[in-house]
Amino acid sequence: MAILLDETTRVIVQGISGRIGRFHADQMIAYRTNVVGGVTPGRGGETVLDRPVFNTVKGAVAETGAEATLVFVPPPFAADAIMEAADAGIRLAVCVTDGIPAQDMMRVKRYLRRYKAEQRMTLIGPNCAGVISPGRAMMGIMPDHIYAQGRIGIVGRSGTLGYEAASQLKALGLGVSTSVGIGGDPINGSSHRDMLELFEDDPETDAVLMIGEIGGPQEAEAAAYWKAQMKKPLVACVAGLSAPKGRKMGHAGAIISAFGESAQEKVDMLTEAGVTIAPNPSLMGETVARVMRGMAAA
Amino acid sequence: MDIHEYQAKEILAEYGVPIPIGGLAYSPEQASYRAREIGGDRWVVKAQIHSGGRGEAGGVRICATEHEIQEAAAQMLGRRLVTRQTGARGKLVGRLYVEAATDIAQEIYLAIVLDRATERVMLIASSEGGMEIEQIAAEEPDSLLRIGIDPAAGLLEFQARELAFGLGLDSRLVNKMARILMGAYRAFRDLDATMVEINPLVITGGGDLVALDAKMSFDDNALFRRPRISELRDRSQEDPRESAAADRGLSYVGLDGDIGCMINGAGLAMATMDMIKLAGGAPANFLDIGGGASPERVLKAFRVVLGDDKVKAMLVNIFAGINRCDWVAEGVVQAFRTLEIKIPVVVRLSGANVAEGRRIIETSGLPIIAADTLAEAAEKAVAALARAKAA
Repeated sequence: MAILLDETTRVIVQGISGRIGRFHADQMIAYRTNVVGGVTPGRGGETVLDRPVFNTVKGAVAETGAEATLVFVPPPFAADAIMEAADAGIRLAVCVTDGIPAQDMMRVKRYLRRYKAEQRMTLIGPNCAGVISPGRAMMGIMPDHIYAQGRIGIVGRSGTLGYEAASQLKALGLGVSTSVGIGGDPINGSSHRDMLELFEDDPETDAVLMIGEIGGPQEAEAAAYWKAQMKKPLVACVAGLSAPKGRKMGHAGAIISAFGESAQEKVDMLTEAGVTIAPNPSLMGETVARVMRGMAAA
Repeated sequence: MDIHEYQAKEILAEYGVPIPIGGLAYSPEQASYRAREIGGDRWVVKAQIHSGGRGEAGGVRICATEHEIQEAAAQMLGRRLVTRQTGARGKLVGRLYVEAATDIAQEIYLAIVLDRATERVMLIASSEGGMEIEQIAAEEPDSLLRIGIDPAAGLLEFQARELAFGLGLDSRLVNKMARILMGAYRAFRDLDATMVEINPLVITGGGDLVALDAKMSFDDNALFRRPRISELRDRSQEDPRESAAADRGLSYVGLDGDIGCMINGAGLAMATMDMIKLAGGAPANFLDIGGGASPERVLKAFRVVLGDDKVKAMLVNIFAGINRCDWVAEGVVQAFRTLEIKIPVVVRLSGANVAEGRRIIETSGLPIIAADTLAEAAEKAVAALARAKAA
């Protein structure tokens, strides 16, 4: 089923009554995503886009059998909305909201660990473009026409650089099984590695393009995972090779991130692990195409 | 958001962290008045700027007379202090902090930070505090003590004691140290800090613990619920280009090149800057216009980018998802009509409503250079800049 999401997934939208939530719910329905309802506290009983609105996520799950939620809730309330979804038994939450306080996200991550691994909700984001399995379903804000259906998996921190990758692939006649934006925040729900594990097990994905950027340990973790456990080819691109060093105050930043946070260090670690590197962001598509031709020849 | 040393100390003192007696001064006269008020016979005059490394840059002076204090204050005030963390422009010294000098027997390093790897708040400490801490961290990372804090439980007293014993403190000081750690952690948690650093925390000759220097940074995303922290913002410590952008809700970082950038999304912005470098150019800024870019917002972003007179060419790269290319195009056209733009502008539009966006640009009759791909946009911007310089 690609990963995370397909045409059968029953999706609700938290924040469906808001202007932005409603607009993107409409786009998702137009893409034939199985949107079964929405949640806005205090608006239960109304309908939006011919879908029922519920006061609580529990209520929505009970009435519609929803498995996945797209969270379009403003930053002060978003962490609470995510935890409400986890408590209601939702399997997948995608949070687009940008600007959630870091300590709120720490609480969310801690809360999700209350559940056993097999019952734990997968969180994508926050501050992400969402998830699309082209031709099947989408949860997010991406322009759907730039994705062709196919067998390449995409995972990236940046939404718009993910769009760039998908359109480069499409221009070369390559399609996408699922594209996941994991978001740019310091603390996010799922990592590059989490997505690589899903793509490795997905029979409809042949190769993966990973788009990283400066900051954080997740590219290093992905490099180690790929080397040790992944058989499918991985192409990586890291944005920010020209970015100046962060101008943080004090020593603490330098101490905590003593090694591996700059784009060049990440490229070096990935290269050492044997991952194919797209030499610059305009060659993501071509590099994947070259790897695919190599696979076909082998 | 960063704050000054004296502000961080005031906050930490409220949470039970001992600090030396001190006072703020805006003039040499106030500085010597503060010294008389404090009493004693040795004082420290410290330049208040948002940066570390002040001591080695001449921003911290020990004085033994009121005359020395006035002299030190006169030298520092109104000048830009350049440290290894400020960049070449340095930061303006607008206020001083005058403190009673402390008799130092040992320096300890203490920091509380957000650790992205474990997704927890982490306490870091070293028995060798002071200016060489980064070197120690690089050469002997294992000599640093680290404690991860469970967000549900908070810092526990036994953890604080373990750290204090781990630093080799005299058992008389362990409980005092534990109280300092608990207080600093509570300040971090209660105020949505992203960093608290006390370097050095000193053991005095008399066997007491005192925070001699302190820095705090705060989570911008949480300022909506921390009005008291927002009030501490000091615009004189910010890059004026960045302040202007922040006031307009734009994420902007000033750089040293001459190609102004307006891009949506941090990742695409960095990728575009990488491509400009690769094409032989240099970006003048990072600007993420974000989602929901209305024509008005695009116009504001133009004003911010062009407000930097180093900018000799401009590159707009929008891959619209939550944005709309037609709105961005209208904003570009409005900017041309309003701002009398005389430098070359390259526009690359892709994604939502792209056909309409490109039509607006093409039919505008304006000298906008259109590009289809990321690489083409960067190359055209660098080439247009070279032509403009030659002309």
